[in-house]
Amino acid sequence: MTDQNGAQPLLEMRGINTHYGAVHILKDVDLAIYPGELVCLLGGNASGKSTTLKTLLGMVEPSSGEVVLDGEVVNGKPTSYLVERGVTMVPENRRLFKRLSVLENLELGAYLRNDRDGIDEDLERVYDMFPRVKERLNQKSGTLSGGEQQMVAMGRALMARPRVLLMDEPSMGLAPALVQTNFELIQQIHQEGVAIFMVEQNANMALSIADRGWVLQTGRVVLDDTADKLLANPDLRASYLGEG
Amino acid sequence: MTAAIRQRVRPRTAVDRFLTFLRFALTALVVFGLFAFLVQQFVGPDNPLTRFLNEDANRLDWDAFRGLLVSGLSQGSMYGLIALGYSMVYGVLGFINFAHGEVFMVGAMTGLITSNKLFEAGVWDDAFPVAILIAVLVSTICATLTAVLMERIAYRPLRGAPRLIPLITSIGVSFFIQNTSALLLGPGAKRYPLLPQWLRDDRGPTWLRIGGQKILVIVVAAAAMAALWYLVERTKTGKAMRAVAEDKEIASLMGIDVDRTIVTTFAIGGAMAGIAGILWGILFGSVTEFTGFLPGIKAFSAAVVGGIGNLGGAMAGGLTLGGSESLAPQLILEPLGVTGHTQLKDAVAFLVLIYVLLVRPTGLFGERLSAEDRA
Repeated sequence: MTDQNGAQPLLEMRGINTHYGAVHILKDVDLAIYPGELVCLLGGNASGKSTTLKTLLGMVEPSSGEVVLDGEVVNGKPTSYLVERGVTMVPENRRLFKRLSVLENLELGAYLRNDRDGIDEDLERVYDMFPRVKERLNQKSGTLSGGEQQMVAMGRALMARPRVLLMDEPSMGLAPALVQTNFELIQQIHQEGVAIFMVEQNANMALSIADRGWVLQTGRVVLDDTADKLLANPDLRASYLGEG
Repeated sequence: MTAAIRQRVRPRTAVDRFLTFLRFALTALVVFGLFAFLVQQFVGPDNPLTRFLNEDANRLDWDAFRGLLVSGLSQGSMYGLIALGYSMVYGVLGFINFAHGEVFMVGAMTGLITSNKLFEAGVWDDAFPVAILIAVLVSTICATLTAVLMERIAYRPLRGAPRLIPLITSIGVSFFIQNTSALLLGPGAKRYPLLPQWLRDDRGPTWLRIGGQKILVIVVAAAAMAALWYLVERTKTGKAMRAVAEDKEIASLMGIDVDRTIVTTFAIGGAMAGIAGILWGILFGSVTEFTGFLPGIKAFSAAVVGGIGNLGGAMAGGLTLGGSESLAPQLILEPLGVTGHTQLKDAVAFLVLIYVLLVRPTGLFGERLSAEDRA
């Protein structure tokens, strides 16, 4: 595994196994995300990508292994414990609270924070980033277009002031032009110093902006390399499509 | 767009035709009843139509009408308060808590015990406002505790089970609370102390004289509603409740404690039912262990009439139901010559429910949900 000059990983998975009932989903998964980097986890359908995210966030209990945040084992801690300490997720398909207004969605992102001034500051930051969101603050978020909803979903995640942002399939269900915008937004957030852990099916797109990546196949990490090397790796396609 | 695609063309069955017939028949009944009423009022009861329909029909005077309207509204606002609890729990957990009527009964019962104690101490007559405040507080606290315990003991272990299971459990909880009450306090009706005379006096200008206790009921219910609206729409707790109602997984991703929010929902619904309980005591003056049943079912109907899950709808549904069960016997049934129309209050209430389900199944204020949004 890439070691960044002996720095401590921000978020780590050590030998994680996760089961749903009798079904073995994740098998001995090791991952480490370092502060400020942009990494991606690639894999086809049912390879265990979403389970990896849920396990990281404590929404699914692993059957063995450790989830480590800043060197502290956080298995069994509630999701709120991780959110409070800077781990936030943008879920697949955005999953906004459709009946709530855009502003309420953003405020819920900052649910665990009590620093009124800091929250207002971050709201302004989100408005700067997504001027269109500001125009629709009092609209119910379900009435927004897909692209606008994506902005609100990212804005909502940023309101928690994350140190690492977990992105579940950011290209899923979006028009190609929007996927491009979306990846630009991810880079923009990354440039502000937020580490990004992106889970994707679209390998070329993800690797074009990531530093490093892993390939997950039926719950096992089969490739672990820098983005450039993964792109050049002839095994990538094979393992990824389950042909290997 | 998706709705149009999903709407499959289905041949009309005999059931569909029967339902259409019911829709028209009920609408015709209401329209014709109101027409007969207007004829009776404005042409006078001695015209052939009125005499043909009902030989004993009389003109309804303003005083009687006002009396019916005000009792309808005061009872309706009570139904509305209880309906909120059904609606909120449905919004958050997606099942109907049939034991919610018993929470209301616990409110009425503990309110009764408190008021009788205060009556013996002389506070009830000497300082009624203080007494009623204490009674409201005690019954609200007891009803809230009942609702919270109910969630903790009976429903939380069933989280994640199919929705039919907590529903059936709630019927069991309902029987349990009824019988516990009979065991602890003895079965049968118990009387509230008499309200002080100054409260029972009619008030207002001559053309609009209303019994003081009815004014009190409507004012207290309105205040409770306003407080609830503020809590749900304007506070962080309310925002968390609405978020949990919509998507529990994402709500917990925001750091919201879903279990605690569900408890809060039960507690608030319980508090509203507790207030409604003491209002029942003020309106009717007597409570039995079965008091929770009929008002509970009617409040549930009110929640459905207003659009379940919608808080404004619960209130509107309560007022609609209370108003119609009080007015419809005189306005529609009597001019039509239905015998025993004064006994048909309950039938009217449930006919309103059936009618709304036939014409607008989502309820008055219910939003049409797409299949993916339906819990």
